[in-house]
Amino acid sequence: MAEIEKQGLRAWLMTDTPTSRRHARFAALYAGWLTLKANPMAMVGLAILILLLGMAAFAPLLSPHDPFEQNLIGRLQSMGAEGHILGTDSLGRDLLSRVIYGSRITLYIVALVALIAPIVGLLVGTVAGYTGGIVDAILMRITDIFLAFPRLVLALAFVAALGAGIENAVLAISLTAWPPYARIARAETLTIRNSDYIAAVKLQGAGAFRIITKHIWPLCISSLIVRVTLDMAGVILAAAGLGFLGLGAQPPSPEWGAMISEGRRFILDSWWVATIPGLAIFTVSLGFNLLGDGLRDVLDPKDGDSA
Amino acid sequence: MSDISVENLNVWFGDHEERVDAVKGASFDVPSGSSFGLVGESGSGKSTILRAIMGLVPTWSGGLKIGDLTLGHKRPKTFYKDVQMVFQDPYASLHPRHSVDQVLGETLFLHGFKDVDRRILQLLDDVGLGREFRFRYPHQLSGGQRQRVAIARALAPEPSVILLDEPTSALDVSVQAEVLNLLSDLRDEHKLTYLMVSHNLAVVAHMCDATAVMQNGEIVEVLSVEDMRAMNPSHPYTRNLLEGSFGYKPTAEQSA
Amino acid sequence: MTNLIDVENLTVTFPTRQGEFEAVRQISFTLGQERLGIVGESGSGKSMTGRAILRLIRAPGRVTADKLHYKGRDLLKMSEREMQGVRGQEISMVMQDPKFSLNPVMTIADQIMEIYRFHTGASRKQAWAKAIEMLEAVSIRDPERVMRAYPHEMSGGMGQRIMIAMMLVTEPKILIADEPTSALDVSVQTQVLSIIDRLVRERGMGLIFISHDLNLVASFCDRVLIMYAGRIVEVCDADKLHEAKHPYTRGLLGSLPRLDAPQQRLEVLKRDPAWREAASVSGAS
Repeated sequence: MAEIEKQGLRAWLMTDTPTSRRHARFAALYAGWLTLKANPMAMVGLAILILLLGMAAFAPLLSPHDPFEQNLIGRLQSMGAEGHILGTDSLGRDLLSRVIYGSRITLYIVALVALIAPIVGLLVGTVAGYTGGIVDAILMRITDIFLAFPRLVLALAFVAALGAGIENAVLAISLTAWPPYARIARAETLTIRNSDYIAAVKLQGAGAFRIITKHIWPLCISSLIVRVTLDMAGVILAAAGLGFLGLGAQPPSPEWGAMISEGRRFILDSWWVATIPGLAIFTVSLGFNLLGDGLRDVLDPKDGDSA
Repeated sequence: MSDISVENLNVWFGDHEERVDAVKGASFDVPSGSSFGLVGESGSGKSTILRAIMGLVPTWSGGLKIGDLTLGHKRPKTFYKDVQMVFQDPYASLHPRHSVDQVLGETLFLHGFKDVDRRILQLLDDVGLGREFRFRYPHQLSGGQRQRVAIARALAPEPSVILLDEPTSALDVSVQAEVLNLLSDLRDEHKLTYLMVSHNLAVVAHMCDATAVMQNGEIVEVLSVEDMRAMNPSHPYTRNLLEGSFGYKPTAEQSA
Repeated sequence: MTNLIDVENLTVTFPTRQGEFEAVRQISFTLGQERLGIVGESGSGKSMTGRAILRLIRAPGRVTADKLHYKGRDLLKMSEREMQGVRGQEISMVMQDPKFSLNPVMTIADQIMEIYRFHTGASRKQAWAKAIEMLEAVSIRDPERVMRAYPHEMSGGMGQRIMIAMMLVTEPKILIADEPTSALDVSVQTQVLSIIDRLVRERGMGLIFISHDLNLVASFCDRVLIMYAGRIVEVCDADKLHEAKHPYTRGLLGSLPRLDAPQQRLEVLKRDPAWREAASVSGAS
């Protein structure tokens, strides 16, 4: 019985003849999901990120110890020590618990940057690309100025001006991350702008605002999403870099970059203190990268499933 | 009344040394309710004339009139209610992420219609697409079906003039026949005036009452369909085109 | 007449989400020293047939056949290396749009000479002379100047002629032309076709001419295969195409608007599902 129902749902989702707006949307989403599912590496990436989400959500349940609880007698215990599978750091805090709690900070940074940078970039890029002329020139020169600075140096300057702290680190990273998005959005807009379907909607009397928001954005967003997932690795590393330099998350918060920075002092005797958070950063970055590659295949309208 | 009058139209692209004159001094009249063809080879400027009329090319001079309305460089919104266009390539003229429902719904909304749902169904009927096509995306449609959607979009504001830019050149011949029949039917039903661009003389002869022949941006001849069918052109270039449309002739080896 | 190409039960399959899709289904035909036209609408499998002969179907697409012989040699059993010797040297292909077939950053001379030297190992000087000769053969007036030019400096008609020169420089025995003139204007089309025609006749080549244009094929080829849904539905002499019997061919011809005979309405092709199922007609001569 359930089997038949399942078959029915599948057929409903696979249809080429949707019967309502909602149906059409679900069918399109399902087709995308099938493409993504066919890519094993993307599924590995997705699994890593779901694990990360679960880790952040259930951190109190998962972590064996309080991540801030110090135990100076049991400091720098090695991996596999009793009660501390991944060992302890220089203040005797449980590394596993700190890595688990650190995932919350990482996700927080990633989510904020992923919201701010692409949206700013999309706005600037599409407006510049569609309007052209003097507006384009001004907006793109500003973009170039931001692009000209090395990313971390610019972020450093911002943090130095705004003060150290996680929110300011996010802001600084976002400010340095948007220019590439603006460039991509502008390049896409330039090709879309001259297409027949934009001409056709102009012939219905549509204004620039409607054309940009309803016709150009949906086409730019997919390539931006791909770029975001590929960039997330870089964002995590930049956040870690700021943390490492002491300009991001402040002690005792268990931010992964800051943990590496602390562990650096003992790297020869107690290598795991720096290595464990390093591995965490590496794994999550890899997850985002793999998923981004897979999403590119799904979202790229040029490949399409028209064949 | 919505006859089209084009007088001494010049269209150019670029400035100064890079200026390219795409249309040079073109003049013709299309009486209301008739169909007029523009034929010529690629780069002869025939599509450019359509784009200039629709206001898609800003750089032009000369006189353009539709009915009583003399066109300036800005088109009033009412213009698009009266004059619409169908593009050559139905694969490029539909937004890849918009369903048929969105395409037609938005068009109707922009023209201020209230009963959008009823009109979408009516338009689908008009162009011979079943209602089951309403929520499909372009990639779920064949070329002919896409072109029907594009025609429905052009019909939506209830125009009296439709400009057709090679509406069938991207389609198979059997589909071309269906679309041409549809266009003839719609012309009779809605009393439309057509201005049709094509490189295929047989198609133009089938659809139009008269045609202008273009070469290098200039109209070399305006020809009635009767003269065309009688192979009676006055310009050698037109004769060339007419003969070419009958397939390959082994004697024609005068390669340049 | 000996057959240059002998095909039996050729099938081209592509896996899709909905299962296997057969783009070409069990077709058989032969090619001698003749101009063989393949006509059909988009999706009929005509281009796939041309590509399958040269084994240009990319994975996951699959080509199977009981027989796919070129002058008695089995093309399906050849290694990729042997195939490279066949492609370009024995069997050449001209595609629809020269813009996509010419390398934009190499001069015309380099491209023609590279092909010639790859297949014959000739010296640069010999290759240059040969390339000039070929450009003259395709009626290019100023070959020395064209040789030094880049593809983007050429018009569509010139580009297509250069493509033909490039494909014929190795003196292949067979030319497969896939819609070679549909991107060109009528006047240029005639020139390009007459060049192909002359070269085929003078060199005793076999030509497979793939097109959607019935009038063109009828007036240009010797024999025509009409394809529908991956199968050959009818074979006839080109000059008798207008007397074709199959309802599909008749329907296609009827749907064409005609300059010499005005019609109120064009005939609309009614597709019979039985055509799809009917066995393929053999195109052996």
